[in-house]
Amino acid sequence: MLKFILQRVLSMILVVLIVATATFFMMRLLPSGPFAREKKLPAQIIQNLEARYHLNDPLWKQYVDYIGNLLRGDLGPSFKYTNRTVNNIIDDGFPVSATLGVVAVLLSVAIGIPLGIWGALKQNGWQDNVVMFVALLGVSVPNFIMAVLLMLVFGLWLHLLPVAGWGSIRQIILPAFTLAGYPIAFIARLVRSSMLEVLRQEYITTARAKGLSERLVIFRHALRNILIPVVTVLGPLIAAVFTGSFVVEKIFAIPGLGRYYVTSINDRDYTTILGVTIFYSALLVFMNFLVDLTYAWLDPRIRYVERKVS
Amino acid sequence: MRKALSFVLISVFLVVALLGTVSCKATKGTLQEVTYNLGTEPATIDPALSQGIPEANVILQVFDGLTRIDKNNMPQPAIAKSWVISDDQKTYTFTLRDASWTDGTPITAYDFEYAWIRALSPETASQYAYQLYYVKGGEAFNMSIKSGTKYYVQAVDAKGNPVTKSVGGKDVAVPDMTKEIDPSKDVGVTALDAKTLQVVLESPTVYFLNLTAFPTLMPVCKAVVSTNDKWAADVTNFVTDGPFKLTEWSHNDKMTFVKNPTYWDKDTVKLSKITYLMVTDESTALSMFQNGQMDVGSTVPLSELPKLVASGDAKIFPYLGTYYYMFNVTKKPFDDVRVRKALTLAIDRNAIATSITQGGQVPALAYVPNGIADAVAGSDFRTVGGTFYKDADIAAAKALLAEAGYPDGKGFPAFTLLYNTSNAHKSIAEAIQQMWSKNLGISCTLKVEEWGVYLDDRNNLNYQVARAGWIGDYMDPNTFLDMFVTNGGNNGTGWSNKTYDDLISKAKVTTDPVARMATLHDAEKILMTDLPIMPIYFYTNPVLITKHVMNFYQSTLGFVDWKNAYME
Repeated sequence: MLKFILQRVLSMILVVLIVATATFFMMRLLPSGPFAREKKLPAQIIQNLEARYHLNDPLWKQYVDYIGNLLRGDLGPSFKYTNRTVNNIIDDGFPVSATLGVVAVLLSVAIGIPLGIWGALKQNGWQDNVVMFVALLGVSVPNFIMAVLLMLVFGLWLHLLPVAGWGSIRQIILPAFTLAGYPIAFIARLVRSSMLEVLRQEYITTARAKGLSERLVIFRHALRNILIPVVTVLGPLIAAVFTGSFVVEKIFAIPGLGRYYVTSINDRDYTTILGVTIFYSALLVFMNFLVDLTYAWLDPRIRYVERKVS
Repeated sequence: MRKALSFVLISVFLVVALLGTVSCKATKGTLQEVTYNLGTEPATIDPALSQGIPEANVILQVFDGLTRIDKNNMPQPAIAKSWVISDDQKTYTFTLRDASWTDGTPITAYDFEYAWIRALSPETASQYAYQLYYVKGGEAFNMSIKSGTKYYVQAVDAKGNPVTKSVGGKDVAVPDMTKEIDPSKDVGVTALDAKTLQVVLESPTVYFLNLTAFPTLMPVCKAVVSTNDKWAADVTNFVTDGPFKLTEWSHNDKMTFVKNPTYWDKDTVKLSKITYLMVTDESTALSMFQNGQMDVGSTVPLSELPKLVASGDAKIFPYLGTYYYMFNVTKKPFDDVRVRKALTLAIDRNAIATSITQGGQVPALAYVPNGIADAVAGSDFRTVGGTFYKDADIAAAKALLAEAGYPDGKGFPAFTLLYNTSNAHKSIAEAIQQMWSKNLGISCTLKVEEWGVYLDDRNNLNYQVARAGWIGDYMDPNTFLDMFVTNGGNNGTGWSNKTYDDLISKAKVTTDPVARMATLHDAEKILMTDLPIMPIYFYTNPVLITKHVMNFYQSTLGFVDWKNAYME
């Protein structure tokens, strides 16, 4: 197990380094630079700026310096936000994005799984139709439409919630539901279909034949098995929720990290592009690693040990 | 099972509903507090590093310069209580009033001297350093090369070309060690004593007192800034001297300002608190405005603008800027002035303003927009200069195109019209494409590019016709006209005209305001006869604003000043 973890950690570091290198050189291939303005800056001012940010060094030196700093955990100064470092930006933005992401993931699990089970238990009944309809809506309505709709109904019409902003629990509700819309629907559909499959398994029939109550059958015997596909999709889903929050953060004016993902590219803010990309890729590989570990815990057949060849 | 599920669902809805009922709308009454949407996170709060309007809208609330712009866009005494201008109009001697920083220490002329030298230092890398190039020796110091602790002029060879050496494949400028620049002697800003600041200019600059109200020229507290290079990183050490004090900066979220109790003119200031939001999405901002979460907003969704103006929820402010198309005059067929003029005359600007942009934009029949004072008090440069062509003068356009050898557009080469990604630019480009096709029989393809790519192509003359916009830096026609001198950094068209260059240089050294304005009018006439650019409209600046906000001021440069505003 320890060896497995070590191997994974090493390959994770390698992946992140490859991402860093590819991003570093790819972004330099973009036309124009961080100091291009419609009102062009005088040549000497650009020269001063390039000197300040060491952009006048040869590219290989910039790369070596960057990787060196990266290994020390220093992501460098932002070119756009003069008094801030990229570490600063991530420190400020990530907790916000993560809070929103965690709430959204919890919502999708807390609503998606029960909805799916309910639908499966009442297969083809009206309850099932309702669940499937809601799921269809959730999967097909893009989140920017969902955002505006929620804003309109709960903010402007009912005056129940603030339309946007960040800082209070009431301000998390609308963006979290927006972000959770797709995962709820996705999980509900997934749980419903795997539940239907599991319920036809022989061990369920056995459990029922033993005279166990339906509740025990569902919660003790069936639930654990339907969790495996859920955990499998949860990894990428969490990643998607964390990185895909750009639109939601912009619409709800949330000071998260997601928006830098796009704005830093428009600004050609080299260090921020790199820092955010590296941070998110590290997060992604780490999430996948966690998912792999969870499998082992959920399914006794999966154990990360070396196979002894006898 | 069903019970458990119902319980989960019901409790989710209950939580939503309960949290909802806690919402009690605070009654604003005549509380002197205002919430404003800045629209974006400012890149900095350090005046020397200001990059544009969002930064200026923060800096101008917390700083007071030598002068401050009043509601008529005229500079008024601020930290300088008076000044004397020498006869050659090159030396300004300012006398400072008794005023203090937010940490209680007095503001001195040394603080100004320090702030300006700092903004000009090459290692500060200020993007607006050129606003101090008017000061004698300012540009030379900003261009100098630091070696050790001293600054040197960049070395040049016998022909006057800069000497460089190759370091790792890059050409790096070399300092001339015999020519040192000592900013304390060679830059024309000197504190004669604690209350007297002397400024020597390169040449007479009639709008210099406007510039002293510009963010880059704000003073900074020398004692704080010289010992702490992180002074503007957060609010803790942010010592300022303006009508308001920044007490909170939550990045990408909001800023809070309170009235500054140590401000010299605090009796004028009525607002006790200003909250800035950084909502980038225009529709969200509008929803928040309608929901009472903000009082004033800098962005308005264009599609809603006519309705909002009618209901009194939005106001349109003038904005010193021109939206235009530029021709690459180095390439056929746009090297022919008749072609450029035909294209300029063949579009209906009025239709664009009334049915596309819909923000009260003024059709541009000249280049310099309205809102800049001419030599005679109360007159406007635009009104004095008049217009240079008629809008939608299709008959004349056709005649010119035929004269150029393309009767009814026959044989006119296909060309592309370049613009950057934006729905507004797209709609305008489509309308103009259609007008040219209908009125002149010529066809062009539209080419849209991402901002950086577009700027790159524009700067490298890698286009035929391109969309452009220019917003003035100060309230003088020069900010629009001097960019089109031969090889000017922002010329971008390849156009060059010796007489024009001479007129612009002449205006720079002319001290008599009447003669100077006449020279600038002559220059504009040449530009509008040769038409390397095709003006389309003069910008406006729409703002969301509740009826409770009084004395709201937004300058024609787009800068907001809350000093005199109040709530009713």
